[in-house]
Amino acid sequence: MTAAHAKLEPDIAPPISERGPAPKKIVIAYGFWIFLLSDFVLFSAFFAAYAVQSTATAGGPGGRALFDLKLVAAETALLLLSSFACGMAGIAMMVKRERWFQLAMAVTGLLGAGFLAIETHEFVKLVGEGAGPQRSAFLSAFFALVGCHGLHVTLGLVWLTTMMAQIRTKGFRDDIERRVACFMLFWHALDIIWVALFTTVYLLGSNI
Amino acid sequence: MSKQPGRDAGHSAPGETDHQSIGAALRGYVAGLVIAALLTVAAFTLPMTGLVWGPAVPVALVALAVAQMGAHLVFFLHITSGPDDANNILALAFGVLIIALLMVGTLWIMTSLDHHHMSAELLQRMQR
Repeated sequence: MTAAHAKLEPDIAPPISERGPAPKKIVIAYGFWIFLLSDFVLFSAFFAAYAVQSTATAGGPGGRALFDLKLVAAETALLLLSSFACGMAGIAMMVKRERWFQLAMAVTGLLGAGFLAIETHEFVKLVGEGAGPQRSAFLSAFFALVGCHGLHVTLGLVWLTTMMAQIRTKGFRDDIERRVACFMLFWHALDIIWVALFTTVYLLGSNI
Repeated sequence: MSKQPGRDAGHSAPGETDHQSIGAALRGYVAGLVIAALLTVAAFTLPMTGLVWGPAVPVALVALAVAQMGAHLVFFLHITSGPDDANNILALAFGVLIIALLMVGTLWIMTSLDHHHMSAELLQRMQR
């Protein structure tokens, strides 16, 4: 069936169940989407644990005394811009412009690395003040939740550089493009988790 | 690549942008960035402005976060309500259901335990 024909008489298109398997690109992205949703479920368990323990400070410092919202705002800005740069890399891949792709991916990675640098600085500072994960149940849950997100970002950076190298050496091949598409979903998903994280941990923790 | 009716119709991959022109794709990302930035700034400044009644601030913050997560899903992950996205939306709805059960269930059980935790004197009175 030609495109023009289908446009003129949309009723003629066969039902979805009779169109055969979906293209590989769609199947793979769908499978990865389901993985991401399972990752959200994993994070929700960490969030639930944090919410339960958030008042269990065992006489130690609470969120209001520990959190520096200026740093958190900087982290949020870096991660949001990183997500946007990742989208730009996606557009560059769509039009197969390698130089723009590599530039946008490099910006994505640098902004992500900046985010990690601030987070590491915060963790080192907290541990230095005696507010490490062993201080109270609240801090254990805090380091587990925020650390789990930081670990995801670290793995994302490894994946990002791998994708830059693969596009460099193998070019915009179909299978490489599918991997990059999965990486981009992963990177955007991390930003979604960060939105939940800065709201529940930092903003609610500092204002209640 | 233009969208082929026939084989591809009825399916859409999460994150897919390539049935659009560059301009449309770019506009989508810029719109997402602007909306997300506005919601973030609102969330960070809201508690300081005093515009919202104190006890309602947490609710307002959660509402802003949910709105921002929605904006990210639509503009960055391209999960939309179009007919081609039915599978992605169904998977998302199931994920949200599990997350809601897990979060609400945990908080419910744990706060309930907290409330009903027997104090020492109550226990003594019952043993008498």
